[in-house]
Amino acid sequence: MIVSRRWLEALLGRALDARETADRLTMHVAPVDAVVPLHQDLGDIVVARVLEVKQHPNADRLTLCRVDAGVAGGPVEVVCGARNVQAGKSYPYAPVGAVLPGGARLERKAIRGVESNGMLCSAKELGLGDDHAGILELDTAAPPGSRFVDVVPVADHQIVIDVPANRPDLLGHKGVARELAALLGGAVKLPPIPGAGSAAPAGGDAALGGRRRAPSARGDGPARAAEPGVAAGPSGRVPSGVVDGVEVRLEDPEGAPRYMIAVIRGVKVASSPGWLARRLASIGQRPINNVVDATNYVLFEVNQPLHAFDLAKLRGPAVVVRRAQPNEKIVTLDGVERTLSPEMTAICDAARPTIIAGVMGSAESEVAASTTDLVLECAYFQPTRVRRTRRALGLSSESSYRFERGIDLLGMPESMRRAIELIIAVAGGEQREPWLDLWPQPVQEKTIFLRPERAAHLLGVATERAELERLLTSVGFFVAPKDGGSRLAVQVPGWRPDVTREVDLIEEAARLTGYDAFPDELRPYRPGTVPDAPVEQIKARVRERLAQAGFFEARTIPLGPGDGPEAVAVRNPLSADEALLRRRLIPGLVRRVEHNWANRNRDVRLFEIGVVFRTGQDRPEEWDSVAGVLTGARRPPHWSEGAKVPDMDIWDLKHHFELAVRVAAPSCDVQPARGGGGGWVAVQRGGEVAGWAGPLEADAPVWAAPLFGFEVRLEVMPPHPVPYRPLPTQPPVERDVALLVPAGVSAEAVSAVLARAAGPLLDRLAVFDEYHGPGVPAGHRSVAWHCTFRDPVRTLREREVDELLAGALQALEDELGVRRREG
Amino acid sequence: MRDLLAALTELRERLHEIPQADERRLQDLKTEILGRKAGALTKILAALPGLEPAAKKQVGGAANALKRDFEAAIAARERDLKRAPAAAAAGVDLTMPGRASWTGGLHLVTQVVNEICEIFHELGFTRAVGPHIETERYNFYALNFPKDHPALDAQDSFYLGGDLLLRTHTSPVQIRTLERYPPPVRVVIPGLAYRRDPFDASHSPVFEQIEGLAVDEGISFVDFKATLATFARRFFTADTRVRFRPSFFPFTEPSAEMDVQCQICGGTGCAACKQSGWMEILGSGMVHPAVLENCGVDSERYSGFAWGMGPDRIAMARHRIPDIRLLFDSDVRFLAQFAAGAKGGAR
Ligand SMILES: [Zn+2]
Repeated sequence: MIVSRRWLEALLGRALDARETADRLTMHVAPVDAVVPLHQDLGDIVVARVLEVKQHPNADRLTLCRVDAGVAGGPVEVVCGARNVQAGKSYPYAPVGAVLPGGARLERKAIRGVESNGMLCSAKELGLGDDHAGILELDTAAPPGSRFVDVVPVADHQIVIDVPANRPDLLGHKGVARELAALLGGAVKLPPIPGAGSAAPAGGDAALGGRRRAPSARGDGPARAAEPGVAAGPSGRVPSGVVDGVEVRLEDPEGAPRYMIAVIRGVKVASSPGWLARRLASIGQRPINNVVDATNYVLFEVNQPLHAFDLAKLRGPAVVVRRAQPNEKIVTLDGVERTLSPEMTAICDAARPTIIAGVMGSAESEVAASTTDLVLECAYFQPTRVRRTRRALGLSSESSYRFERGIDLLGMPESMRRAIELIIAVAGGEQREPWLDLWPQPVQEKTIFLRPERAAHLLGVATERAELERLLTSVGFFVAPKDGGSRLAVQVPGWRPDVTREVDLIEEAARLTGYDAFPDELRPYRPGTVPDAPVEQIKARVRERLAQAGFFEARTIPLGPGDGPEAVAVRNPLSADEALLRRRLIPGLVRRVEHNWANRNRDVRLFEIGVVFRTGQDRPEEWDSVAGVLTGARRPPHWSEGAKVPDMDIWDLKHHFELAVRVAAPSCDVQPARGGGGGWVAVQRGGEVAGWAGPLEADAPVWAAPLFGFEVRLEVMPPHPVPYRPLPTQPPVERDVALLVPAGVSAEAVSAVLARAAGPLLDRLAVFDEYHGPGVPAGHRSVAWHCTFRDPVRTLREREVDELLAGALQALEDELGVRRREG
Repeated sequence: MRDLLAALTELRERLHEIPQADERRLQDLKTEILGRKAGALTKILAALPGLEPAAKKQVGGAANALKRDFEAAIAARERDLKRAPAAAAAGVDLTMPGRASWTGGLHLVTQVVNEICEIFHELGFTRAVGPHIETERYNFYALNFPKDHPALDAQDSFYLGGDLLLRTHTSPVQIRTLERYPPPVRVVIPGLAYRRDPFDASHSPVFEQIEGLAVDEGISFVDFKATLATFARRFFTADTRVRFRPSFFPFTEPSAEMDVQCQICGGTGCAACKQSGWMEILGSGMVHPAVLENCGVDSERYSGFAWGMGPDRIAMARHRIPDIRLLFDSDVRFLAQFAAGAKGGAR
């Protein structure tokens, strides 16, 4: 919401500092995103009176103007290109040396041989509009030499407020001014309308800080705005009435709980007067014509959307508020044909829709230059209905934005009166009959009880009852003590639909006091009942181990292009590339490796711990997964080793996979994967596969090293303490054996037989070499084991060990056909 | 035999060369004397079987003794060379780079999450987590969002069919925690949240969030302010200025936004803070009584506060990262910058 500092000043009857205003609003009301100075760059421009206009001696299209700019040296001569300059009138004048909007400094120069002392300015040159055909004529009696910005009120500030969804009252200048009045002192009063005549009354706006009148207690209407009684017909009948020959029927009171229509005849549609056009321009609204501008002005002043439409275009003439019929069509103001549905409320004439209620009117019924008689609608449309309509049509407007948030149901007559006065003031015409107010089920302000004691309890500081009263009253609540002061009965004004319970009033008191006024010293607290989440502790441990192993943690997003069956689909994805929830982390990490390759990073080791998803029985399943990818050199190169460091291969992969499984899924075993693909799997005790490791396909540049990856499902199990094993005290006896292993026999199988046959004195068993080549028979390989024998309590003899080993070798030969390699 | 003994005596002389040998010379000596095939001492030992028993014993004894001496001297010299190359060999350039192994590290955002959770741990908060796929009830309604709140627009959330969606904040875990544990509850809830914002310099469809919740008897606005201000001063610097200002969230009342003094300009105003001198750090407030009631907690007896913050943005602000996509690119050059710890480096 953009508000104008000057507009606020007019409502408050006092000057405001834009910066301070913004700070107060931010700290007590709603954040101000920006303060934008408007036309502050016209300080060098002065008012000048043209004394004489002559033809330029050397150019037909130029004139020479003798100009009184109020300077001591007397009148000066200025060359001018526009035709509209007349002697005796005042114009904005930029003297030599003046800085113009945009920052250029005006130089003295000769034009067609005649020296020009400064220039007379058009609206465009001053940044005040698009009109550059003529010099801007000033309707002022100010003496020559007066500062332009002091004479023409264009210098302003836009204050851009980020209005939260619960504060519709801040969508109008009056609501913002009300807050400022409470914070800075003062009262809010709608400013008189220029040209409305002395008979125009101030209306019921004087006592904004105090109690609002009940809806039924109406004052006299203004001189030109005749007010009706409320037409609250008995239930079952369609609320209806006739105003100045126009029949109005409220067939959908659910969609439009309160509906008012006025008729104004004999208007003259034209451009708005300067003050009105400037007001709208100051908040970035483009002036359209006097009638539309008047309704927009009221919209931005009191936050009441109004709709004026052309009576001559109404069939009937009738205004019927009803649900739209299926597939009913309307061409809206923007020239687009829209199809309505019965979910929407339409304002129709005797035949067809003329307005989509609360959203936009039709092009046909729009106020045009030919319009003389107006129908003026002031309504409350049901917020949910407007929101659904807006969403269904993909069409929003300043009006729909406000109706969705809820306008002041009780303040509507005041808005209607203001709008009628303003239209008549700027466009002429007359209101011959009171407006019609269809309100089948009138409501009153709601009352909420506030316990000062509860406020003190929740806010943590003692709060005086009188102070609570003062704070609430300052923004328009009506407060009456009850039960000897232990409770306050608080009447909520119609513009605050957000205030529905006691705590909302406590918030009002807190923010008006200022959050910064509350102390912030730590007080004692009781420890909570919730244990620290085990999964977070496990994740932290896994992260630490993989980072220690040389992996960087990556973060990828769980949305991707899909990586197989059972992927959970997003119904409304942003793009096809992010349409499915990931089943695995690996594909995302591979894309990250490709990104690194694209940046010429050859050595890449990444891991991620993240959520993965899969379709499930009733609803999708999700769990945490751990994955890593690795490619490039096995270790950083060092100058002392000269030659290139070897690249990582499947054995580096296996080690890191085992590491990850050990820390992230300790119940799993790593086994070679079945089927020809190579790689390994992590298998749970029940046989279920919970992880995989192997080489990966990727879009790799020629210089890239092979890429490997692993992934395993994170187990959340209570950690158990590691038991201590006594350190050996006896010396080991060591033996190396090279064995000829036939094809089809695995190292694991050989180790198992060795361990079993040698018995418990075989303490450690480790493969240290594999050899193919001379001396190894075809269909075999030579694998060497380092065996460590040890007895925990006595020193082993060499003989003993030799016997144990011989027995084990015999078992190997018998069971697996594995023999010792000789030589 | 005499030849052999003379050869051994000659060889023994060469023991003196070993303590002076550099790495290469030592290798040569090793090969020359102990080499498996052509080593001088190896040859003598190989000749032993051809000698008569007495000579064999004499020569064998001397040769084996010499072998042990050589082995010991070489091993000692090797140790010396490894320990202090400069001491032995002048001219070694000690400015040459050392030998490295690969180092990895935690993602900056993880480190920031850990730091934040750690500070709140000091203030009595434990971590709680919950599912990423949520129902509208947990994500919205139990948190007091009205049925037709604009946040429920499909354009803002990723829907998965029915009333399931990817959580738009980690706040639903507030509800799950209050349903499961009796007050006092003090938890922080780290995790991913999802919103339908396309990637650009300051938005991503997925982001990290830390939600916090404290519920007990007698928790007040002062406790709320104190806890979060204390966090800010511990996370940033002890003299960081903090301010609270009104805001609106359906699940808190009063609602507040907490700003800290801009970490880039120090509060004087810069482009990063839109000249305000302040940085928005978290949205917060006193838990709305309707939220407590939705979880079966007596809102007259208990009160509390809650907040939510974005570690991605906090990391970006503190480390001056201009584009949120850098956090998701996983470029190892980026990751390596923070691998040794996001904090604690020299300025
Ligand atoms: Zn700054």
